Amino acid sequence: MRPPPETATPPNKRITLRKRESRAGLVFLSPTLLVVIVVVILPILWTILLAFQDIKLVDIQDAGLFGRYTLGNFASVFSSPGFWSSLVTTLIYTVGSTGLSIGVGTVAALALRRPFRGRSLVRGTMLLPYVAPVVAVTFVWQVMLNPQFGIINQWGTRLLGWDEPIAFLTQRATDVSVLGMEVEIPVALLTVIAFEGWRYFPFAFLFLLARLQAVPGTLEEAALVDGATPTQRFRHVLLPQLGPVLALLVVLRFIMTFNKFDDVFLLTGGSAGTDVVSVRVYEYLTSRFDVGAASAQALVLAVVLVVFVGIYLRFLAPSADKES
Amino acid sequence: MSRIGVENRLFAVLRWVVIVGLVLATVVPFYYMVLLSIRSIDEVLQHPGRLWVPLSELTVSAYRAVLSPVDSGGQGMLVLLRNSLVVSLAAVVLTLLVSIPGSYAVSRLRFAGRRQVHFLFLAVYLFPTILLAIPLFVMFTRMGLRGSLAGLVIVYIAQTVPVSVYMLRNYLSTIPESIEEAAAIDGCNRLQTVWRVTLPLAAPAVMTTALYVFMIAWNEFLFALLFLVEDRSSWTVSLGLAQLAGGIEVPKTVLTAGAVVLTLPVVILFFMAERMLTEGLTSGADKG
Repeated sequence: MRPPPETATPPNKRITLRKRESRAGLVFLSPTLLVVIVVVILPILWTILLAFQDIKLVDIQDAGLFGRYTLGNFASVFSSPGFWSSLVTTLIYTVGSTGLSIGVGTVAALALRRPFRGRSLVRGTMLLPYVAPVVAVTFVWQVMLNPQFGIINQWGTRLLGWDEPIAFLTQRATDVSVLGMEVEIPVALLTVIAFEGWRYFPFAFLFLLARLQAVPGTLEEAALVDGATPTQRFRHVLLPQLGPVLALLVVLRFIMTFNKFDDVFLLTGGSAGTDVVSVRVYEYLTSRFDVGAASAQALVLAVVLVVFVGIYLRFLAPSADKES
Repeated sequence: MSRIGVENRLFAVLRWVVIVGLVLATVVPFYYMVLLSIRSIDEVLQHPGRLWVPLSELTVSAYRAVLSPVDSGGQGMLVLLRNSLVVSLAAVVLTLLVSIPGSYAVSRLRFAGRRQVHFLFLAVYLFPTILLAIPLFVMFTRMGLRGSLAGLVIVYIAQTVPVSVYMLRNYLSTIPESIEEAAAIDGCNRLQTVWRVTLPLAAPAVMTTALYVFMIAWNEFLFALLFLVEDRSSWTVSLGLAQLAGGIEVPKTVLTAGAVVLTLPVVILFFMAERMLTEGLTSGADKG
């Protein structure tokens, strides 16, 4: 009796479906892996090597993989005058921006939960700061905050009675008297943090809104029946539901803000107390052409980041692991 | 009055305050951007604080200045627009070509090292982009690709492939395997199944990813700065605006016209597909 004709004929009928799947998996994955390895992994590894070499940009053209290895770069990085303060600045900037963007995102998600007329249009406009090109929005902010003709200062001096315009982006710090004490406020840094909160709150808003809308209505109704006030409902019903998403958002925004270059560079160029480490790396590369030191700084940045994220994941938010 | 009564009323009001506040905060900068671009520079210097300008004083001269070619005294942004368009479209096509098979593999197929690969894609994001910039700069200089748009496209797809794989994988894992099994029973080999069955079903996610990649490529600044800055005719629009804004000769009204020209394509694309973007970016977040 002839066996029924095969519809899909494999070359060798003894290959199991599982093995075929495995082979297909690797074949399908190879272009992706190739791109990622060549354009991402290899350069990272090379940078790590560069960090241990005493090398300038002109040397690199000829240098191979095996120059002289030295820890000199790290020594000069750690002992260079602005390094530790820039690390602190980066941390303040990252923590502030992450907190602000997630906070505003939460408020926005809570406010837009229930339907109202025009809600989809409003939801669309919420995403504008995130979607628009970085160059355009930083430029607009610079113009708006300009001491001579920016509208913020115009309104401030005319309507709010300021004595003189505030140089939001170029002033390092100013003393403000609070309750009789002189407090030093880092103006430019706070402005940059405010910008980050504005630009990235839609990211948190999107995630949180999606999560809020997936919360079963019965939970809140039960709380209502028990007589819970809105704040109580938030603290005891909504917040636990949002917990994993919030943890995920904190990790994501922390990583992305810590590594961010464009925003600070375009707003202030790293001056006036906003010298975050990524801008310093750029400076080392383009003005001193010291590739070794630039790589060392970038490497230190990456290590610090990994340490912080590791600490966070380990101790503060074990549930974040389950989310991914 | 009871606490719940007070709170309900307070939050009802607060909710509207927040909504109005958020809308103002997000829209005013863009409104200001457009407004500045259609006013004349003298009028701006006289009344910097105005938010509403009589129609008779509006002008589009800034746009003419920004778009006309450099030889005629303009800023030549049309050329830059073309560059950005080419780079972004190429990035979209290449990213999809590379990440669709990859995400399919990661979501569907069980193979050795699957978990490690998944972790690898996420770990790539821990590294600052500036860490990549140095060796890529050198590599591309040696290969002669540094000033070319092609080199830039390669750099972009390096950044977008991990995210695309992640986004596509999330969506693909919601497509039931039984559909693909049915196609296999009907005689499709794997490639045919993907092309005829899985991809059409994943169309929303593919569109969303395409939009996201376009947005990233169009808005990108750092690598455009590092790679293209030497030859003005190869600048992208992002780089062009940043370079012009850094100087002093170009009036602010012309610059804001440039900013509007830079922003408009992305905003239009985005509004056209807002619903898809919202669902696509967060499709992994709700576990309810």
